[in-house]
Amino acid sequence: MTTMRVVKDLMLGLGARGGTLVVKNGHVIDPASAVDAAHDVLIVDGVVRDIGPRLAAPEQATVVDATGKIVCPGFIDIHVHLREPGFEYKETIATGTRAAAAGGFTAVCCMANTHPVNDNRSITDYILARAKTEGVVRVYPIGAVTRNLKGEELSELAELAEAGCVGYSDDGKPVMNAGLYRRAMEYTLPFGAPIISHAEDAHLSTGGAMNEGVVSTELGIAGAPAAAEDIMVARDIVLAELTGAHVHLAHLSTAGSVRLVRDAKARGLRVTAEAAPHHLLLTEDAVRTWDPNAKMNPPLRTKRDTEALLEGLADGTIDCVATDHAPHALSEKEGEFDRAAFGIVGLETAVAVLLDRLVRPGRLPLKTLVARLTADPARLLNLPLGSLVPGRPGDVTILDLHRELTIDPARFHSRSRNTPFGGWTVTGGPWMTIVNGHVISSEGGFAPLRTKGATPPSELPRPNLPPGQGSAGKAGARTESM
Amino acid sequence: MAWTRKDLLAMRDLEPGEILTLVDTAASLEEIASRDIKKVPALRGKTIVNLFYEPSTRTRTSFEIAGKWLSADVINFTASASSTTKGETFVDTAKNIEAMSPDVVVVRHSASGAAELLARELDCSIVNAGDGAHEHPTQALLDLLTIREKKRHFEGLQVAIVGDITHSRVARSNIHAMRKLGVTVTVAGPPTLIPPFIGELGVKVAYRLEEAIRDVDVIMMLRLQHERMAAGLIPSVREYSRYWGLSLDKLQKHARPDVLIMHPGPVNRGVELSPEVADSHYSVILDQVSKGVAVRMAVLFLLAGSRSSEGQVRA
Repeated sequence: MTTMRVVKDLMLGLGARGGTLVVKNGHVIDPASAVDAAHDVLIVDGVVRDIGPRLAAPEQATVVDATGKIVCPGFIDIHVHLREPGFEYKETIATGTRAAAAGGFTAVCCMANTHPVNDNRSITDYILARAKTEGVVRVYPIGAVTRNLKGEELSELAELAEAGCVGYSDDGKPVMNAGLYRRAMEYTLPFGAPIISHAEDAHLSTGGAMNEGVVSTELGIAGAPAAAEDIMVARDIVLAELTGAHVHLAHLSTAGSVRLVRDAKARGLRVTAEAAPHHLLLTEDAVRTWDPNAKMNPPLRTKRDTEALLEGLADGTIDCVATDHAPHALSEKEGEFDRAAFGIVGLETAVAVLLDRLVRPGRLPLKTLVARLTADPARLLNLPLGSLVPGRPGDVTILDLHRELTIDPARFHSRSRNTPFGGWTVTGGPWMTIVNGHVISSEGGFAPLRTKGATPPSELPRPNLPPGQGSAGKAGARTESM
Repeated sequence: MAWTRKDLLAMRDLEPGEILTLVDTAASLEEIASRDIKKVPALRGKTIVNLFYEPSTRTRTSFEIAGKWLSADVINFTASASSTTKGETFVDTAKNIEAMSPDVVVVRHSASGAAELLARELDCSIVNAGDGAHEHPTQALLDLLTIREKKRHFEGLQVAIVGDITHSRVARSNIHAMRKLGVTVTVAGPPTLIPPFIGELGVKVAYRLEEAIRDVDVIMMLRLQHERMAAGLIPSVREYSRYWGLSLDKLQKHARPDVLIMHPGPVNRGVELSPEVADSHYSVILDQVSKGVAVRMAVLFLLAGSRSSEGQVRA
């Protein structure tokens, strides 16, 4: 009872001055340190101070009673579109980070396809400045590989890294010019930030609004074949081998891609991959309703593909789950299917649908899912996050595996509502989100916008960049762990 | 079988009995065309809006005549000349039209699923007059009516549909309807114009015209859109015509003497059909057009005619 009141005070911004928080009586799963036990977590001044059984709560400490709950390192989503600057009618850093916190995420990496594009330092600076004043979770920008996402000339990649970009991507578009892409991989080798590929051969996918298959044939909708993805995944793996670069493949959707990545990893290449909840859970059959919320790029594929993705996620071929949170206004996601925008929001549904459809039926161990949302994504982008060992930032995601709820897009904190999961009844979901030792969101509830206490301190931890230039040369690169 | 649907959207949705109800009703209305005074009061006081987002002469005219012969008020709304150029969305335009209380909206749109979308958004009856490459149910119905008049039955017939299957809503509607009625369908064309999963729809596939037309009862030739060449799907219209155009010579050499030649129009003479074939005794292309009016009368009547006035149509 006391706990609930304390939490409420925090949400009103009253508890932010105090620097000590204890999460008590929960079951901690921290894959990075192999902890899977009844532990308490003590956070002092935004940093994990101690973790262990029955820790004594210091005087004045805020106590969160997590009895019956699962306590994890804060979840990280390395693939979101926050739309700011330029498309604030779809999403802003304020609303997008609130959606993240409500969905159990304490850190997000935002893609570069804003307007203007994040292809130079001034945009990165702007995003980080907005994140500091408006954001409620950690925001790490991804810089564009090419200027204006045109695929013609390289962005100022070194300065983007210096400004704080943790990866490079023209996400939303492939870089069709393999020669240019090779140069991008080589040029960025010293920066410790991977190239993130939107793998799609634009000549093969041209005009495709959904997967090319039985359903597209019946509906008369132009389809993009799985081969459009497989071919680019294969190309990017070959380029990773040529350059020694770390290439991360975004939103895998096909069984062929999983096979290619598994093979590349077996050969020791620096290739990593992610999969989105919708590609793990939905198939092209969802398009039969003509609902534009079943339209995204890459498209929903077949049951065989979802099974291959799950297998890849379980065995580590796929390193992490990322939502590809892509907010669009209603006017862009209603109406004619082949004219609707690609993409769906995912931050507020991902954890719940994955717990309900993968963990609860025993298709994916909880520990694996937590790893794919914490230690694994942190490792890919060298983020100093994803673990609850003492000294790490005090970011915590607490899950309630028994909470039942019906997904209601009208209640999203995101500015957009474009989800195919509306109306799903799910058991299990995020219960509380703690960033830097502050309770940011609790049971989907929220600190009001611009509440001071809900704003994490301005000094975000910087990524662990590897030591200076030259240390990650081509020869040595391949043996580095990722 | 009684007709209970609010809309006619896709042949895929219909039961065989419903298809036959539509065909039978159309057959009973055909004689109106031969009357001196081509008007029955079945839909007096009803309003039909033809909402056409793609250029169409024959389909729109056919619906217009059908509605007028049934005494409905028919309004043509051609989107290019209207609010779409002012930035209004498709659904907004349709909702504005619905606010004027039409009984039926007949929609033609280049986006697959457009008719389903309107049926979801509007309360009035929706007739799909062609949506993208998805379906064109009234075309399939008029094809069925034409075939039944000439062949007297459906069960066991063999039909070849030849040409650009990938982009054809006519092919899809006919495949679904014919399969439900026991007709064997073969689709044929260059592989670039045949969707890779078409076999899942229960049809056979042929990659040679001669093979496709052998022993069939009906050959349905589809129109070749010239933009398919620009898209790299065929090397040239000339080559297409040489291998996939139906000439009298090929017809007489490979097809049955009682074969019917159909085409949804408009015909590219000299491309998919040689002029001699289009004008030959094999061709039932103009029968298709006149039966189109009867079919559209049947559809409008079944959707908008009050249930109690079913007898009136023959009056």
